Amino acid sequence: MRKGLPGKQYYNGKQGEHMKTKKKHWYDYLWIWSIVYFALGFFNILFAWLGMVDFLLPLILAAFGGNKFFCNHLCGRGQLYCKLGGDLKCSRNKPTPKWMASKWFRYGFLIFFLAMFGNMVFQTYLVASGSENLREAIKLFWTFRIPWGWTYSGSIFPDWVAQFSFGFYSLMLTSLLIGLIVMIFFKPRTWCAFCPMGTMTQAICKLRNRKAISDK
Amino acid sequence: MASKRYATVDKRICVACGACENICPLGAIKVHKGCFAKVAQDKCVGCGKCEKVCPANSITMESRVNI
Repeated sequence: MRKGLPGKQYYNGKQGEHMKTKKKHWYDYLWIWSIVYFALGFFNILFAWLGMVDFLLPLILAAFGGNKFFCNHLCGRGQLYCKLGGDLKCSRNKPTPKWMASKWFRYGFLIFFLAMFGNMVFQTYLVASGSENLREAIKLFWTFRIPWGWTYSGSIFPDWVAQFSFGFYSLMLTSLLIGLIVMIFFKPRTWCAFCPMGTMTQAICKLRNRKAISDK
Repeated sequence: MASKRYATVDKRICVACGACENICPLGAIKVHKGCFAKVAQDKCVGCGKCEKVCPANSITMESRVNI
C-alpha cells in the first residue's frame, strides 16, 4: 500500500508502542454510563442529580488540572456519539457547517445555555421559597412541556430538590437530542464543536495556560 | 523516511475535543494543555483519519516539502 514506508521505523521497532497507545481503559466504556443516566430519568427523576458529576468534573479538571481530560477521555456522551455515528454508521459524516464551529456561535450558545441554566436555578428558588408549586414535567428544547409525573411521587427531600431534577434532566435531554440531530446530519461528534462544557473548559485552559501556549 | 502527507491543525478553530486523539492509530496527535490538538509530525503517517473525524474541520492534510 504505502511503498515509501520502510518497515523499520513504523512497524518493527515501534509496534509494541502502538499497541500500548490503543490499550482499552476503564473509561472507554463511559458511553454505557450515558445511556444508564438517561434511562434512570425515566424511572426516578431524582437520579438527574447524578448529572452534576458531568457538569462539575470537567470544570474541576480544567480549573485545577489545566486540561480537557474530561472531554478527551471521560465524556460518555462524546463516546456515545462516536459509537452511534461512527461504529453504527448513523451519521452522514459531512463536514460541520463553518458557522456551527465558529467562535461567535460557540460563545453565543454558551451564554444562551448558561442563561437557561440560571433560569432553571431561579425556578428551583421559586419552588423553595414557596411562591411556585412543583411542576412534574420536563421541558424539551426550552419550549415543549412534557408530563413526567410518573417519575416522582414525593420523597424525603423538599420539593425544590425535585424541581431542580426536572429542570436539570430537561437540560440534559435537550442537549442530548440536539447532539443526536447534528450527529445524524454532520459528523458523529459535531456536538463537541459547540458543546457549552467544551467551550467553557477550553476557555479556562487557554486562560490558565496562556503563557505556555503563547510561545508556540 | 517519512510519509508523503501529514496532518496539520488550525489552532484557532480547534475545539480540543480529542476526537482525533482517540482515533489516531499511532498516537501522533494529542490535545495540548486543553487548548488545541498538536501533531507529532515525525510520527504522523498521513492516514487522514483525524481529518475525517474532526467536528470543527480544523485538521487538513499537507504534503511534506522535503522527504
